[in-house]
Amino acid sequence: MRQSVRVKTLKIDDRDVGAREDQTLLEVCRENGIFIPALCHLDGLTPVGACRLCLVEVKGQRRLLPACVTRVEEGMEVNTATERLKKYRRQILELFFSERNHICSVCVSNGHCELQSLAQQLGVDHVHFPYRYPRLPVDASHDRFVIDHNRCILCTRCVRVCDEIEGAHTWDVMGRGINARVITDLNKPWGESESCTSCGKCVHVCPTGALVEKGRSVAEMAKRRQFLPYLTLMREGKQ
Amino acid sequence: MTVEELHDIAMSEREAQGEYLHHIHVCMAAGCLSSRSDKVKEALEAEVKRCNGEKKCLVKGVGCMGPCAAGPLVSVAETGTMYRGVTPEDAADIVQSLGKEPVSRLVYPTDTPFTQRQVKVVLENSGKIDPERIEDYIAADGYSALLQALTSMTPAEVIEQIVRSGLRGRGGAGFPTGLKWTTVAKANGGRKFVICNADEGDPGAFMDRSVLESDPHRVLEGMAIAGYAVGASQGYIYVRAEYPLAIKRLRTAIRQAERQGLLGNNISDTQFSFHVDLRLGAGAFVCGEETALIASIEGKRGTPRPRPPFPAESGLWGDPTLINNVETFANVPPIIRNGGEWFARIGTEKSKGTKVFALAGRVVNTGLIEVPMGITLREIVYDIGGGVPDGRQFKAVQTGGPSGGCIPEQHLDMPVDYESLVQVGSIMGSGGMIVMDETSCMVDVARYFMEFCMTESCGKCIPCRVGTAHMFDLLTKISEGRATADDLALLEELCDLVQNTSLCGLGITAPNPVLSTLRYFRDEYLAHITERTCPAGACQMRR
Repeated sequence: MRQSVRVKTLKIDDRDVGAREDQTLLEVCRENGIFIPALCHLDGLTPVGACRLCLVEVKGQRRLLPACVTRVEEGMEVNTATERLKKYRRQILELFFSERNHICSVCVSNGHCELQSLAQQLGVDHVHFPYRYPRLPVDASHDRFVIDHNRCILCTRCVRVCDEIEGAHTWDVMGRGINARVITDLNKPWGESESCTSCGKCVHVCPTGALVEKGRSVAEMAKRRQFLPYLTLMREGKQ
Repeated sequence: MTVEELHDIAMSEREAQGEYLHHIHVCMAAGCLSSRSDKVKEALEAEVKRCNGEKKCLVKGVGCMGPCAAGPLVSVAETGTMYRGVTPEDAADIVQSLGKEPVSRLVYPTDTPFTQRQVKVVLENSGKIDPERIEDYIAADGYSALLQALTSMTPAEVIEQIVRSGLRGRGGAGFPTGLKWTTVAKANGGRKFVICNADEGDPGAFMDRSVLESDPHRVLEGMAIAGYAVGASQGYIYVRAEYPLAIKRLRTAIRQAERQGLLGNNISDTQFSFHVDLRLGAGAFVCGEETALIASIEGKRGTPRPRPPFPAESGLWGDPTLINNVETFANVPPIIRNGGEWFARIGTEKSKGTKVFALAGRVVNTGLIEVPMGITLREIVYDIGGGVPDGRQFKAVQTGGPSGGCIPEQHLDMPVDYESLVQVGSIMGSGGMIVMDETSCMVDVARYFMEFCMTESCGKCIPCRVGTAHMFDLLTKISEGRATADDLALLEELCDLVQNTSLCGLGITAPNPVLSTLRYFRDEYLAHITERTCPAGACQMRR
């Protein structure tokens, strides 16, 4: 016996759309070809609502809601691309660029970076917040991979894929606020990690050039994350 | 424990205390203890003993009496005489004066507005009962509300009384407590939890600490009543580890209540069981946010998650969870005892009851106060607080801690209630109230609170993590006289961004101190920028 799933109809950007009640706004938008930017979200991982890029306006709601965790409701009226939202998205991207060191021209992920391509798409042509340029280490102690904290945007995709898909929970976050950063084990060098299985999933879900394979030069690090939807599909038994 | 047994304990305790002619109360809350009130108590006890019992005097350690700055505080219960700044050497004089004229050099006047303008509901036992003895609490009608609820009310009737009382959450946001209880009661699920949020973290605030140190059983009773009302059998108190005395007294209280059968299985021979455990916070301010608090209890990193689902639906370990503040729970027993209508008669139309404030800063009387909602800020600052000392000029009063704002002179006649405070750009908050005079620079105040938010941000969402850091840098630049008009524009832009896009309450309210000071003291910001001077003389100019 399959559990019955109810269907809801709602309006997104003045378009009538239908959705299953267990779907999020982000899923429905993507099905319908409505573009919503997101950096922390990745299909197959638990959504966390941290990057705030997918915020949308919902009629009757005082606050902006993150589309990645907001479930559809009957009769909802959603706006995904108002001038206000576009402004916030550009500002948030600028905050990402100003937080650490994101110089694309010398980055191994140049041309394959989600942060970079979102900035291009949303028309971020300069950053008007002061750059912080903290001095952060690069950990190349692992045989095959490198973590460059200067490129990390703390989306925690690596933390989630390692915990939820690989089951190793090598990655986690330490520190608070502006000093937060991802760590392996209890802040051991990655190469000395006892829990890491060297599966490389973290590298391939990383949206920027923070987690990369060794031996890649500028613009050579393209990520392959096709494995993720496949794995989750097989796990959940949704054929 | 039956109602009769409870009554017997109360009677025998009252009798035992009534055998003494005199009762000397010594404050043993953290404020007075830090000025060695324990030594004062020892000296008084020794003195009474030395008099060979001829004085028939009971020396009792009690909770907070209110005017903490005047500690160590001692009071004589029969006459209501209060002594300030008592030292062990004063013990002989105090004991000798019993039944005669009080020791005039130590007397703290109690006929002032500080004591007379207060209305004590939450603090009704504070400074009167021994927080480490359950019998003393029972003698003050303690646990009668719990047994009344268990034996003669249905859970729905309990909630009905809370709804009628109009009680709103005392943690800051002011969500109607009755509504919250109703949602948890109606939520599906066999297992439910009650959590008491005692992770008080606002700078300068110590209301919850005082309640826990002075009257811990009241919070336990409130939680047990809540557990009965919503159908939970397990409660957690999330208390910050920086409150060792509160933790010690809570542990004692839980043990005593369990031994008396007022917590545990089948309370008062009913089907209802309720257990309470403590969980200690590790110092993160953000763990006062309910979803972060729940994550912390679950053993995870204390970071908030997006709501909905609200904890009432999916909280601790995914089960429906009722989470209320210490002061909210502390209001519950008197509401059940006296009825919701009684409570609703105190306060204003939309904000009922009383509010405990930790009055601090540039006022003559600092300490813990409890006032009816709707009292004006002017009454708090000038009547209860005694005004600004040293003939200085009042400038602003800060409420709501790092989430609140600064309220200037022109709004002093505004009533203190949830809505009015929001209207003038601040919030009720948990009850911190800091009075500032002309020597306080508003840019510096905003910078201080922004530094607090920046270091306490959990780092999960980008607007709060990076936005607060940028705002702190800009405020530092302004306070050092290095800023331009563009920096001010950037600051305002960031305020808007962080306020509207952050994930949890910490980020959403972080710009409030900046926004409220910009609203009322913009000229001070401009003086720092254009003239490179600090009108209050508080900031060090770098150029």
